[in-house]
Amino acid sequence: MSTPAMLNAAPSDNAGSPDYQGTAARVRELVTPEGVDLRLTLADASERASAFLLDAAIITGILIAFSLLTVGAALFSGARSGEFVGVIWLLGAFVLRNFYFMVFELTPRAATPGKRILGIRVTTRSGGPLTADAIFARNVMRELEVFLPLSFIFARGGGVDSWIALAGIVWCGVFVFFPLFNRDRLRVGDLVAGTWVVRAPKRILDVDLVARETPTVIAFTVRQLDAYGIKELSVLEDVLRRKEPATMAAVAQRIRAKIGAGATAATDEEFLNAYYAGLRGRLEGRLLFGRRRRDKYDKP
Amino acid sequence: MTMPSLTLKSHRFRAEREADWRRLDALLVRLERGATRGLSDDEVTSIPVLYRSALSSLSVARAISLDQSLISYLESLCTRAYFCVYGTRTTLVERIGAFFSTAWPAAVRELWRETLVSAGFMVLGAVVAFVLTRESPDWFYSFVPGDLADGRGPASSTQELRDTLLGTHSGSGLAFFSTFLFTHNAQISLFAFALGFACCLPTAFLMSYNGMMLGAFLSLFSQRGLGFEFGGWALIHGVTELFAVTLAGAAGFRVGWTLAFPGARSRLDALASAGRIAAVVMAGVVVMLGCAGLLEGFARQLITNSYLRYAIAAASAAVWLGYFYLPRRTAP
Repeated sequence: MSTPAMLNAAPSDNAGSPDYQGTAARVRELVTPEGVDLRLTLADASERASAFLLDAAIITGILIAFSLLTVGAALFSGARSGEFVGVIWLLGAFVLRNFYFMVFELTPRAATPGKRILGIRVTTRSGGPLTADAIFARNVMRELEVFLPLSFIFARGGGVDSWIALAGIVWCGVFVFFPLFNRDRLRVGDLVAGTWVVRAPKRILDVDLVARETPTVIAFTVRQLDAYGIKELSVLEDVLRRKEPATMAAVAQRIRAKIGAGATAATDEEFLNAYYAGLRGRLEGRLLFGRRRRDKYDKP
Repeated sequence: MTMPSLTLKSHRFRAEREADWRRLDALLVRLERGATRGLSDDEVTSIPVLYRSALSSLSVARAISLDQSLISYLESLCTRAYFCVYGTRTTLVERIGAFFSTAWPAAVRELWRETLVSAGFMVLGAVVAFVLTRESPDWFYSFVPGDLADGRGPASSTQELRDTLLGTHSGSGLAFFSTFLFTHNAQISLFAFALGFACCLPTAFLMSYNGMMLGAFLSLFSQRGLGFEFGGWALIHGVTELFAVTLAGAAGFRVGWTLAFPGARSRLDALASAGRIAAVVMAGVVVMLGCAGLLEGFARQLITNSYLRYAIAAASAAVWLGYFYLPRRTAP
């Protein structure tokens, strides 16, 4: 079914829904073995940072709860098994610090809780399967990006020592802010592991706007339907999905003025729904003849 | 007027295929939760089929539909299905098995040059510190930080030094001690590896510094005629631990060197493959340090005979060297 001809017909610049606008620079090609480009969008720096801060908060929370629990257990059980509790704490803290990220990224969703909340996941830059060694490599590098700067920040001492710590912080800054200085938002760990972090939001399939309850039929002339292109259509789609009365009224008024539609009994929403269905039918019909009209400035 | 919307081709297209997409979606939700066992055989075999039909739907939708929410839904669905279909298919047990039987020794052999360099830095540091400390014992304080020296130093009497070499613990506290040693050492070597990214220099420094501490101690004890006993005390776990630290340094060197000199491939590609080999070595280093922690925490404290200590040291050296470097049949 997925013939090359269809691929060629696919738009090169997809005027996406508003939350995809302005992300064109972060779209990367991932061609599946079946020959379809999935067009992954890279996560931006703020998403990465928020996900990390969420994970850091979760780790800290777990560590505090775990420490209280072990201290309680040690007090309760007395000195004899206090050693055992100490061992548990040391191992627990070690595992938490080093393997929290790895364990979650090894699951099928390849994302820590923080990344899941932000709707992003780890994947290989080559598109191949994500292997355990890649995940290990990208997470061990956190020593350099997180713990080394922390150790300089909390370094004690006056005089020369504090100057050394300051120089250390500046030096660490290279690793900490590394993602901001490359196009693919790779951090040092991604670089070493051959991975990157992409958006993988779980979307729900909205109802088709043209399939809603029997739309009011308003006949538009071809001239009226030729007033807009695909970009305007997707804006209209977004307006109709959000259903804010004020916005719909404003948009309906502008469209009526532009296409010179006479006063009808239809409400703003009914008018917009009808115009959406008509415009989409017109543009899709032209699409089948190989004519993709990008926006209203494009020739009809 | 009967359902004018059905006159839209894109709407008909969606109505015909929507059920399949929703089936795939439901299966993916279960797979992503890790409920692989809950799936019947039919469901498992239907995933690739549904995935390919969703992909073809995506191509068609991009060509004929202007419904943005439909296209972004299909893109997200296909991406999720792609990761499920082409993601890793091995189980954790298989992965661990492959790690110990082939991947780890192969990665260590691959890094033989870096291992030699890393060991070279450590030996160099040890020799320098040994010579300097023998010339003037005050150098000891420069090489060994106070908390690590633990009261041992040129000012200690020979008897005090001898006592530190004996197992001082009677059995209690050993588990905690060995766990502490393991987590501490593992953290340090992970750190040494990560530092390799800064063009090898910090790793080289850490390796020689580690050697210097060793050399300073050796010099101190050998001046009091305790060199032989100190050797047994240090090597019973030191063979495993120093080998692990050397490998951690080697992994760091590989990454740093590749960053500076990527060779024929692009820097990104070369770095990614170097990082993966180094990561396999590092995972093994953590395992080795676990063994070293047990040897240090238990065996060293419970075994006080120097000859027995040397025997264990030699045995562990033989085990590690044989495991890593003995030629073996490669899987076809």
